[in-house]
Amino acid sequence: MNYNWDWGILFRDPYLGWMIGALGWTIVISILAWIIAFSLGSLLGIFRTSSKKSLRLIATCYVELFRNIPLLVQIFLWYFVFPEFLTDEWSRWVKRDMPYPALTTAVVAIGLYTASRVCEQVRSGIKAVGEDQRQAGRAIGMTEVQVYRFVLLPNAYRIILPPLTSEFLTIFKNSSLALTIGVIELTAMTRQIEEYTFQGFEAFTAATIIYSLVTFTVMALMQQIDKRTALPGSFSKGAS
Amino acid sequence: MNYEKSNMMIKVKSVNKWYGKIQVLNDCSLNVSKGEVIVVCGPSGSGKSSLIKTINGLEPVNSGEIIVSGISVTDKSTNLDQMRSKIGMVFQNFELFPHMNVTENIKLGQTKVLRRTNEEAEQKAQALLERVDLTEHAHKYPSQLSGGQQQRVAIARGLAMEPMAMLFDEPTSALDPEMINEVLDVMVKLAKEGMTMMVVTHEMGFARKVADRVVFMDYGKIIEDAPSQDFFGSPRSDRAQEFLSKVLNH
Ligand SMILES: Nc1ncnc2c1ncn2[C@@H]1O[C@H](COP(=O)(O)OP(=O)(O)O)[C@@H](O)[C@H]1O
Ligand SMILES: [Mg+2]
Repeated sequence: MNYNWDWGILFRDPYLGWMIGALGWTIVISILAWIIAFSLGSLLGIFRTSSKKSLRLIATCYVELFRNIPLLVQIFLWYFVFPEFLTDEWSRWVKRDMPYPALTTAVVAIGLYTASRVCEQVRSGIKAVGEDQRQAGRAIGMTEVQVYRFVLLPNAYRIILPPLTSEFLTIFKNSSLALTIGVIELTAMTRQIEEYTFQGFEAFTAATIIYSLVTFTVMALMQQIDKRTALPGSFSKGAS
Repeated sequence: MNYEKSNMMIKVKSVNKWYGKIQVLNDCSLNVSKGEVIVVCGPSGSGKSSLIKTINGLEPVNSGEIIVSGISVTDKSTNLDQMRSKIGMVFQNFELFPHMNVTENIKLGQTKVLRRTNEEAEQKAQALLERVDLTEHAHKYPSQLSGGQQQRVAIARGLAMEPMAMLFDEPTSALDPEMINEVLDVMVKLAKEGMTMMVVTHEMGFARKVADRVVFMDYGKIIEDAPSQDFFGSPRSDRAQEFLSKVLNH
């Protein structure tokens, strides 16, 4: 095999800039999708464990729907199918006029999908805190909302910090699916550099290292948070 | 009828409750007057927890009526949150909030439910900690305390709301034997100060000492409801007799 190794390519103009820019998009997609996933997922997790049957039903339906359709299919549905159900005006806006149509669609699709997974984590956290803690909160006269705010959620989030970290890292990896609708994030850019330079090994090695570095950084950060938020007398389990 | 004027604190009238197909409360009726101490006992699974939890509406009933200080707990239009803030409850496993220290545990209900200022709540917490003899543990977390200490904090948390009655669900049954008395002592003191109390417990020494009446439950039914001298003298049902000989002989 006569492959011409050239690691220097990664540091040459314009490829270094391209990689950094693409990493930027990957991070932007991940963070924005995470904001949707975390807030909506938490709300749904609360619904799922609420005393109101209707709220529980809403959350259950959401989870069943979004968790069971493959993410790639969901991205395609939002990007290609969903706009067809809108009026012409809205359809045009979604497909073309809204800011960064492909990126926005990817963010929303990944966010809504991951919300269903976060919901299940939050639910299991609240269940782990326990029915008796809920009753202890109610017994001093707190409303259901107050019991969630001051008792159930602060403890549930501590319990589920490790699996939530995993969910975030999954979002980070899933963000590469945005390339299927034309977003030039890290993986797409790596392919593009390969096509331009034929130095595919170097480019993909670099991408692998970058993904790994970000993953390790996030894990180290979460381990710190886990330690800081651990309660006296309890052992922190460490982010996984 | 205006219950407020009468001396009635808790009135349970023909309450029935099911979990699915199992009936856990079967036509239960019970009156507790102001300042009375009632001990509820009976075998495990007889419905004691269910009964006590229906009184502050933590568990709904299927039929019957419960009135606490003139307000119907079973009436759908009653604001149960407000109602519960006036009835203290102590659980078998303490159920302190693990992410808050002792003082914060006692302050939470005061600031969030009663809307007391931070200073008022702090003062009240300190006074109560003194009363349960835990002043030096004010800033510890629940996991750093023994079971007996945790349960005393839980009692203080209930008292902080200045309740008109206190409910106890087996407050000492999760404790090591050497810690039972420190909790019972606090409860005896409370009883002597005139607190209305309903206590699920198998501590018959406590019952003899402070209970006005003893209620015996079995299979969701109130089998006996007798002044404590009578109950310990000659409980009328065989089941109660059998139960008593078991709890007294170990
Ligand atoms: N949440 C629940 N769901 C279904 N059954 C329950 C529940 N809580 C209690 N039970 C059942 O109700 C019966 C009475 O329970 P409980 O009131 O806890 O009795 P006790 O406190 O006297 O031990 C038991 O048979 C128990 O298994
Ligand atoms: Mg019980």
